[in-house]
Amino acid sequence: MTERTILPSGHTQIDHLSMKGITKRFPGVVANHKVDFDVRSGEVHALLGENGAGKTTLMNVLYGLYHADEGEIILNGEEVVIESPTDAIEQGIGMIHQHFMLVETLTVAENVALGLRSSREPLTDLNKVSERILELAELYGLNIDPDAYIWQLSVGQQQRVEIIKALYRGAALLILDEPTAVLTPQEVDEFFCIIREMAKDGHALIFISHKLHEVIDISDRVTVLRDGKKVGTHQTAQATKADLARWMVGREVDFRPEIEQVEPGEVRLKVDNISCLSNRGTSSLQEVDLDVHSGEILGVAGVSGNGQRELAEVITGLREATAGRIFLDGEDITALPPISRTDRALSYIPEERMRDGMIKDFTVAENLILREHHKQPFSNWGFLNLKAVEQHSSELIHNYQIKTPSQETLAKSLSGGNIQKVVVARELSRDPRVIVASQPTRGLDVGAMEYVHSRLLEERLDGTAILLISEDLDEILALADRIAVIYEGQIMGIVPREEATPEKLGLLMAGVKEGV
Amino acid sequence: MSKPSQENWYAKLIDIALPIFATLAALIVGAVMLLLLNVNPIEAYAALWEGAFGSQNALAETLVKATPLLLVGLGICISFRGDVINIGGEGQMIVGAIIGTQVGLRMVDSPGWLVVPLALLAGFAGGALWGGIPGLLKAYFNVNEILSTVMMNAIAVQLMTFLLRGPMIDPAQAELASKIPQTARLMENFRLPRWIPTRLHLGALIAVVLAVLVYILLWRTTWGYRIRSVGQNPDASAYAGIQVKNYIVLALVLSGAFAGLAGVMQVYGVNYRMITDGSGSGFTGRAGFNGIVAALFGQLHPLGTIPASILFGALLVGANKMQRVVQVPSALVIALNGLVVVFVVSSEIWRRKRQRRRLAAEMALQEGAPGESDGSEAAHYGGEVD
Repeated sequence: MTERTILPSGHTQIDHLSMKGITKRFPGVVANHKVDFDVRSGEVHALLGENGAGKTTLMNVLYGLYHADEGEIILNGEEVVIESPTDAIEQGIGMIHQHFMLVETLTVAENVALGLRSSREPLTDLNKVSERILELAELYGLNIDPDAYIWQLSVGQQQRVEIIKALYRGAALLILDEPTAVLTPQEVDEFFCIIREMAKDGHALIFISHKLHEVIDISDRVTVLRDGKKVGTHQTAQATKADLARWMVGREVDFRPEIEQVEPGEVRLKVDNISCLSNRGTSSLQEVDLDVHSGEILGVAGVSGNGQRELAEVITGLREATAGRIFLDGEDITALPPISRTDRALSYIPEERMRDGMIKDFTVAENLILREHHKQPFSNWGFLNLKAVEQHSSELIHNYQIKTPSQETLAKSLSGGNIQKVVVARELSRDPRVIVASQPTRGLDVGAMEYVHSRLLEERLDGTAILLISEDLDEILALADRIAVIYEGQIMGIVPREEATPEKLGLLMAGVKEGV
Repeated sequence: MSKPSQENWYAKLIDIALPIFATLAALIVGAVMLLLLNVNPIEAYAALWEGAFGSQNALAETLVKATPLLLVGLGICISFRGDVINIGGEGQMIVGAIIGTQVGLRMVDSPGWLVVPLALLAGFAGGALWGGIPGLLKAYFNVNEILSTVMMNAIAVQLMTFLLRGPMIDPAQAELASKIPQTARLMENFRLPRWIPTRLHLGALIAVVLAVLVYILLWRTTWGYRIRSVGQNPDASAYAGIQVKNYIVLALVLSGAFAGLAGVMQVYGVNYRMITDGSGSGFTGRAGFNGIVAALFGQLHPLGTIPASILFGALLVGANKMQRVVQVPSALVIALNGLVVVFVVSSEIWRRKRQRRRLAAEMALQEGAPGESDGSEAAHYGGEVD
């Protein structure tokens, strides 16, 4: 056996790891069917597929969380058996989950040391741990204070702690499960730098994602899964975004849907000189003016945290305006509570759908009437008309293609895309006059995203006024008739669709006004 | 999709059978304790059964004890579903009873058909008031309702002792040296009808009817929908336009109202006067607390609370008999009740774990789904995520 290369982090390099013929069945479903996958030292191998395609299952098999029904794992030419995450870590495999496994009330060093033996049991050796953390951080530019508490850190920093945790445990191969889902665009850039650095040093990296442009940006090779089967493995450089989307979805995907010309009608939503405070009591929106016309999508672009959330909440009545007025079809609604705005056909797709849009322990049917439960035909003198509820929900489940075992299924057991479909179905089926849509496709796969977009465009054709707040510039460019850019609570400018380029918007998003 | 529904059916069956197994397990541990006291457990349990269900009268007594448990338990179903923890059943029972008793003592010249319903309503309102105060405090000043309801219990007990020793004391007692803290007896025509010769009164039937009504309230009305929705997710409820604060108050008002009703029924159905030994439980018999256990045992379902209340009523009544027949210390009887609670609560935790695991398996089928992970990795690293 030849000597293995030692990585700068001090771990033994994994030259080559391959998974052969992996099959994993769950009752009633084949999550992976004879999947082959391999990754080499120094490369970023993307694993691409829609939600439910079997990406995470495959990686959970590699990390020892699931046991494959068939197939083998070969590491550096030898077959290995990985029964548990402990085995995986021993082999130099680390995994960073989409949802971080950190204890908020402990420090970085304490989190890293958690579950490991101290060098001087029963006392802790946190100083040593901190030293090692700083060493690793320096190596990959991770820039983390070992003594900071997790709750003090931003999401991006927490992710770095997860990476350090894996490296500390000797990972030469890192599985990154949808690592960018929770990051802002800037954090994504920084994160990609770290990944490239690690690959250059000889780590093997597996990048699970359903975001095409990220896969194209970061990966050397890409394997596409669909319905638990492998569609193929390709050199990323030789694939286009359209190719990837076609492999992933199994058909052609429209990225810039044809937008029919609609003559915008009268102003439906008027935001007049609105100011408000943030949760911390500091100034958020400052004298914001926006008009949304019937049959128009007004996009609001901006880096997250520049007042988008506050804007949506002020319009929907969940946050008080400190100055200014809001008009809906000419009526001043500034002083109305949320429910009265709802009753005036204002629909809202909230940014945090799990927290604000859904009641997890309610059934799909119950969630579908959340907005209208107090009205005919669902409520008769305060009694729920279960028949009407049932009919309504089965119609929506059918019309909006919500994949659920039944309408009595609890919302929390649906997939992310289907949960968003429930929200979209509920909000759009009420025949709204104005829709405020916040990050309506965040975290959704290509198929679900395309679906939500097409529904919003249909509403636009029907004459609804739509305020589309999104941090995804591609989405805004694809859908919006006009684009307002928000920066530090102020509207930097409104650009018509024809004149909008990513460069122009990017400058505005960074707070640079033209001609100043 | 016939398979998942079949599995659901099976899971539901386990959910229903679980408390029964837990009770049996508690009785087995209790049997060991009895053996250590040199008592034949079979003989003891036979006495318990005999005391609880052995005769018409035993059965009636069991139901008499079960009635306040059920009424308090119904209130608990409402408040806990609304994520409001009402520990104030004792105080709400007392205040309901005080106000309800006042009706009977003051309206001596009115006919029974008017006074009795009015008194029950007054009890309902009294409990609602005593529950509503912590409700308002929670909704508008964010005062923890567990603390405030417990404190309201203490206030109610003092209020009752003051009233029953002073302004409301039975005139006959006022002249005697003993000064038993009790009110005058109610007029005979103000008493809830009884199933002669037992003490079983109409209140038991009313409670069962109310259980059905609470079920309808929670799952068939917009009020119930909103109480549950606010309980599950106040943020999403606010986004949907529900006035969250109002429904927090409503949950506690209704919860207190049912306890108040339990209190006034003790007066009009059982004792025909309000009487205490100076402590809170002297009047309530701890039904304000035991009702919580009954509701949890019934899995916070109003209909499930019916058999749960009967079980605890039976344990209370049967244990008395057991104590007399096999001469065990009364502490053992309390311990036996405690064992049932411990086993039921543990089995409930086990059931939830099972449910979570089932959910995790379901979610694995639709990976990358909701914002929950099963925490297996953090557990693996020795961390706690929950």
